[in-house]
Amino acid sequence: MSLDKKPSKIILVIGASSVGTLIEWYDFYIFGMLATIISKQFFPSDAGTSALLSTLAIFAAGFIVRPFGALVFGRLGDIIGRKYTFLLTLVLMGGSTFAIGLVPGFTTIGWAAPILVLMLRLVQGLALGGEYGGAATYVAEHAPANRRGFWTSWIQTTATLGLFLALGVIILIRSNQGVEAFSAEWGGWRYPFWLSIILVAVSIIIRMKMSESPMFTKLKAEGKTSTNPLKESFGRKANFKMVLLALFGAVMGQGVIWYTGQFYAQSFIETVCKVEFVQSRNLMLWAILFATPFFVVFGYLSDRIGRKWIMMLGMLAGIITYRPIYQYFLDTTNAKNRIEKIDLAHTVVSEKLASIDVKDGTKLYLVQKYDTAYTDGAVFSYTKTDTLHLTNRLEDPSVGSIQYTQVNTINPTKVDTIQVKLKPAKGMLLDATKMAEVNIAAASLKPNVLVEKTLDNTTYWNLIWLVFVQILYVTMVYGPIAAFLVELFPTKIRYTSMSLPYHIGNGVFGGLVPFLGTLIVEFTKTADNPVGDPLAGLWYPIGVASLCLLIGVIYLTNKVDKEVMDESKK
Amino acid sequence: MNMNTIKKILGLVWMLLAPAIICFLVSQAIQKIATAGALTKSNVTLQWGIILTIFTPICIGFFIFGFYAFKGAYDQLPASSKDLE
Repeated sequence: MSLDKKPSKIILVIGASSVGTLIEWYDFYIFGMLATIISKQFFPSDAGTSALLSTLAIFAAGFIVRPFGALVFGRLGDIIGRKYTFLLTLVLMGGSTFAIGLVPGFTTIGWAAPILVLMLRLVQGLALGGEYGGAATYVAEHAPANRRGFWTSWIQTTATLGLFLALGVIILIRSNQGVEAFSAEWGGWRYPFWLSIILVAVSIIIRMKMSESPMFTKLKAEGKTSTNPLKESFGRKANFKMVLLALFGAVMGQGVIWYTGQFYAQSFIETVCKVEFVQSRNLMLWAILFATPFFVVFGYLSDRIGRKWIMMLGMLAGIITYRPIYQYFLDTTNAKNRIEKIDLAHTVVSEKLASIDVKDGTKLYLVQKYDTAYTDGAVFSYTKTDTLHLTNRLEDPSVGSIQYTQVNTINPTKVDTIQVKLKPAKGMLLDATKMAEVNIAAASLKPNVLVEKTLDNTTYWNLIWLVFVQILYVTMVYGPIAAFLVELFPTKIRYTSMSLPYHIGNGVFGGLVPFLGTLIVEFTKTADNPVGDPLAGLWYPIGVASLCLLIGVIYLTNKVDKEVMDESKK
Repeated sequence: MNMNTIKKILGLVWMLLAPAIICFLVSQAIQKIATAGALTKSNVTLQWGIILTIFTPICIGFFIFGFYAFKGAYDQLPASSKDLE
């Protein structure tokens, strides 16, 4: 069956496959985007076992099980067909995502909450492991031979668009609801999970109307489908060596480039550069929006000049430019490199609050919020918390919040005595005008300072372009890779054979970029240098991409396989 | 020196690199777990447990890749599915 003369049919195939795959990526990413809230809702706040579980669940579990999903569903796809297998993965992904949104918090059901979430996250990872290989195979097997790179590149846009959709939905709900309502136990953070069930239902209806892949149908009619795809994929040296080559010569590098450009960049801008929450996410949205069309451009180009050199160039560009780009991120958001506005006061104190540690009643937290404005229009907001140890215990430590009205000096850590105006907690009977004088025994040496930076327009757009450049590398390595993988393996074991290296490369090598990057930075911290080297985390993606580049250049061929209809080759 | 010779020599390099990576990771794990504080010890142990569990089989795969390359399995890549039979 040739579709060369039926572009409308292939557009339907692409559309139906892409919508489902996009929704699966959306489901997978909202968990990551909401990781901070999820860890607070489903895990106890104290250290110990909870920290272990949250680390395991949030950073690793969903990614690590993806190769297992590839094996389970890849095998199914090669035995019963592509269509029904990726319908199944869609149902599993949509169901588990919706269910995550229904799990009560730790405060309601205790340890059952993190265990349930972990299990559902594992199902998500398994489903995603089965989905992508099926969709890519399905589209490639429908596509005309000379346009396989172009048509499969539409499937390649779905991962990035899924991330875009996840970011957009979260920002929209958060800005409508406000931070507090969004972060509450049954707050707005659950809506993106619930939305998934509607998206999945629509996608299932579309996919039900699709027909099976023509190549698979032909093999099945001739009784030539594989009875044991796992054994044929990995038990035969001739095929297994290609699985290894795909992993170490292409997908491993592609995975780290993908996750550095689209995840590590955002994490770095937000947690290291301290760019404000909404601005850091908007910045990603713009960069993704500008870069996404290039998946199709490089997919198209790969049909003309071959897949290999486009992917290798993307890796090389990442290796060479990552450190200068991230160094620029650090420099441009550093307060020391900016000029403060001299016509205004040094700092504009916007809010002063105090709260007491209700457990012992002798610890008082003074919170000062102040903004520093710069000549270029940037405003950096600081929230400084000083811990003061009191000599006399406050009369009623259960007081909910305290406003302090008089501080003897600008620096509250230096004061000996302060007066606080007590404000009763909700439901408490207390004289709101009551004043209490407390004596300070000691102040914490190091105040905790949280910074949120709102960037000026020029810096903001410079950051957008630099993230765009990184996503451009992603489009170079990721745009042609579906066609590249499809062409490496025969139809009867294609789903299984291409899914495993893809998900090891992306789920393991790529998915661990934020986690291992952070870990490497931790290793550089010493007593003399407590901050460490913030750029050290980049050595992981640079190292993996360099190794992959070398292997790819030496061992891969640039030949485009024009004919994946294996039977006609024989 | 032709490309196939380079592929074979590099195959040997990959075969040596794979166990070297495992040794490096194990030594790092021992060092980091030993120096971790009491509060973070279990967390650090788990992190390194995950890293070793994931990367050990990958390194074994990398060793096999090197072995195939050394034996000349990649001198001629398959031109059709028939070659994969």
